[in-house]
Amino acid sequence: MEIDRRSFLKLSAASIAGAAVLVSPTPALASSGNESQANTNGKGMLVDTTKCVGCRACVVACKQWNHNPSSPVDDESKTHNDTPLLDSKTFTNIRATDVQQGLEPKWVYTKIQCMHCQKPGCAEACLVGALKKTETGPVTYNESKCIGCRYCMVACPFGIPTYQWESVTPWIRKCTFCANRQAQGLQPACSGTCPTGALKFANRSELIDEAKQRIADEPQLYINHIYGETEVGGTSWLYLASVPFEKLGLPNVQTEPVVVNAERAMGLVPPVLLGMAALMTGTYLVTKRRKKLQAKTSKKDEQGAKTK
Amino acid sequence: MREKIRKLPLGLIILTILALTGFASVICRYLFGLGAVSNMSDGRGWGMWIGFDLYCGVALAAGGFTTAAIVYIFGGEKYHSVARPAILTAFLGYLLVILALLVDLGEPWYIWHAIIYWNIHSPLFEVAMCVMTYTFVLALEFSPAVFERLHWNVPLKIIHAIEIPLIILGICLSTLHQSSLGSMLLMMPTTLHPIWYTPILPILFYFSALAVGPAVVMFESTITGKSMGHEQNHEVMEGLGKIIPWILGIYLMLKVGDLLVRGNFGLVFTDFPHNILWWAEMLIGVILPIILFSIKKFRRSNTRLFWGAALVVLGLIINRFNVSLINLQMRPGYTYFPSWVEIATSVGLFADAMLVIWLAYKVFPMIKHSQHDSPTALKQD
Ligand code: SF4
Ligand code: SF4
Repeated sequence: MEIDRRSFLKLSAASIAGAAVLVSPTPALASSGNESQANTNGKGMLVDTTKCVGCRACVVACKQWNHNPSSPVDDESKTHNDTPLLDSKTFTNIRATDVQQGLEPKWVYTKIQCMHCQKPGCAEACLVGALKKTETGPVTYNESKCIGCRYCMVACPFGIPTYQWESVTPWIRKCTFCANRQAQGLQPACSGTCPTGALKFANRSELIDEAKQRIADEPQLYINHIYGETEVGGTSWLYLASVPFEKLGLPNVQTEPVVVNAERAMGLVPPVLLGMAALMTGTYLVTKRRKKLQAKTSKKDEQGAKTK
Repeated sequence: MREKIRKLPLGLIILTILALTGFASVICRYLFGLGAVSNMSDGRGWGMWIGFDLYCGVALAAGGFTTAAIVYIFGGEKYHSVARPAILTAFLGYLLVILALLVDLGEPWYIWHAIIYWNIHSPLFEVAMCVMTYTFVLALEFSPAVFERLHWNVPLKIIHAIEIPLIILGICLSTLHQSSLGSMLLMMPTTLHPIWYTPILPILFYFSALAVGPAVVMFESTITGKSMGHEQNHEVMEGLGKIIPWILGIYLMLKVGDLLVRGNFGLVFTDFPHNILWWAEMLIGVILPIILFSIKKFRRSNTRLFWGAALVVLGLIINRFNVSLINLQMRPGYTYFPSWVEIATSVGLFADAMLVIWLAYKVFPMIKHSQHDSPTALKQD
C-alpha cells in the first residue's frame, strides 16, 4: 500500500514536471504492487470431488469458526438446484450435482467457496484496498477500509463475495481461507474436519504435483484437468473431478487473469492525461493565434476602407 | 414571455412532488438499509443506481466538457450562449452522481476512505478521484455566474485569469473519467456479454460521451428555452447537429471494427435476445442520428434537431444500461428488477436537478453574460 502510494506520488510528480517526462511510466505502474500476488508458492487446498460424500461437516465447521448463524441457503434439499448457495452467513457450501451415468443417478458433491485467486479480481477492483492477496495464499478483507461499493462482488469471476444486505451497516463477507487460523499454524476449519480426505491443505505447488499424481494413478477415474491450476491465472484452491467442471457449476473461465485489460487501461492513464493536456493547450494556442491574426487583418481592412 | 412563465407551475409542482418522494425514499434507505428497500442481492450487487445514476449520469454530463472545449479551446464562439448552461448541467450531473453514490454505497459515511486509502490499480479509484476533482473544477467553472450576480469583482477576475487552465484541466479529467467508467467493466471479462466486452471499452465510452455531449446540450437548451420562453438559437443547434454525425461515425466504426477484429460480429445476428439490445442501442443512438443529422433539410428545423438529439441521448442510455446492468451476467438463481424505492430515488434526484436548473435560470445570468471574454457572442444575440 505504502509503496503503491509512493510510486503514484512520484508518478504524478513526474507528470506535473512536464510533457518532457513522457518516458512511458506505464510499465512502472503495471509492474509495481502486484508482484507478490503472482507468487505461486503460498498455501493451497486441493478439493477432490471424487472423495467427497456430501456430509457437509466442513460447512458446519466453517460456520462454527466464523460464528455464523444458520441461514436459508443451508437448506440441504435445495442444494442441487440452481439456487444461491452462499450468503453473508455462509462462506462455503456443498453443491450436489446429479451426473447420471446410464440409468443410475450419480451424485457429485462440490464444495463452493472463495477460490483465493492468485490475481484476484476482487482485490484489484477494491478502490480502497480492503481486499488483499496475501503472500501466504488467503485473500483477506479489511472491514475498516471498506466503503461498501460492492465492486468486488461484481468483479469476482466466480461470484463469491456476499453482502450483509439485511444490515443498515453492511460489510462484505466471504471465505477468508481461515487466515487467522493459518497465522497460528492451524489448518482451515473445513479441511481440519473433513472425514474423507476430500480436502487437503498444503503448499499450492505441492498440491499441484499431488493432483497430477492422482490423475496419473487413476486416469479412468479423473478427467485430466486440475481446476484452478490455470483458471483466471491460477487459484489457491484446486479441484479434481471425474466429470467436466462446468457440470459441477464451476464456470469455464479464461486462463488469463481477469485483471489484465483493466491493468493495461490503468497504466495508460498518465500518458493520456499528459497527452490530452498537451493537445488542448496546443489547440488553444493555435486558435488564439489565428484569432489574433484575423483581428489584425480585419482591422487593417477597416482602416483601409476608412482611408479610401 | 410573461405568459409562458405562468404556465410553468404545473411542471414545477410535479417536479417538487417527485423530488419529495425521492427524498422520502432516501430516508427509508438510510433507516432500513439497502437490502430492505432495494431489490439488489448477492447475485446483482449493482442495481439501477449504478446503471442509471452513475453510468448514464456521468455520460449525460459530458455536455459540460465538450461545450467548454468547443467554445474555449477550439474557438467556437457562436456556441458561447450554451456554454454556461452546459457547465451548470454538468456540475449538477456530477453532484447527482455523488448524491446517488451516497445512497448506493453500503457505508456512505466512510466515503472519505477513498481519499486516504489508495489502490491505484482500481479503475474505481480513478473514477472516484475524477468525480471529486472534476466536480470541484466544474464548480469553479460555473462560479463566474454567481460572482457576476453578486457583483464580486475580485474573485471574478481571479477566475477569469485561470479560466483556460481550468477548462483544460476539466477536459483532461473528463477524458479520464468518461473512459474509466469503461475501464471499470474491463474487470468483468467472464460476466459481461462478449458483444460488449472488449479491451477498447474505455475508448468506446469516451467517444459515445463525446457524441452525447452536444446532443444533451441541444436537448436541454431546447427544453429550457421552451419553458423559459426564449427562442433557441438556430445557428447553435444546427452547428452542434453538424458535429454529432462525425463523432458518431467514428464511434460506429470503432464498435463494428472491434466486433469484427474479435470475431464476434456474428453474435449481433445470432445471439438472441442480446442482439436485439445491441441493435436497439446502435439503430436508435448511432445509425439513425448519423443519417438524420447528415440531411441538410433535417438540420433546418430546430424541432427536428431536438428529436435527433433525443435519439442520441436515448441510444446512449440503452448502451449504458446494456453494459452495466442488462448484459452483465447475474449469479445463477437470482433475478433483479429495480424496486420502487430505487426508481423513486433516481427519479427524485433527477427532479432535484431540473428544479435547480430552473432556479438557476431565474437567478443567474445564464445566457447573455461576460461581455469581456466574448464580444462576438453578444453581437449575435
Ligand atoms: S474467488 Fe472471487 S472473491 Fe475469491 S479471491 Fe477470487 S475474485 Fe476474490
Ligand atoms: S465493497 Fe468494500 S471490499 Fe468490496 S470493492 Fe468496495 S470497498 Fe472494496
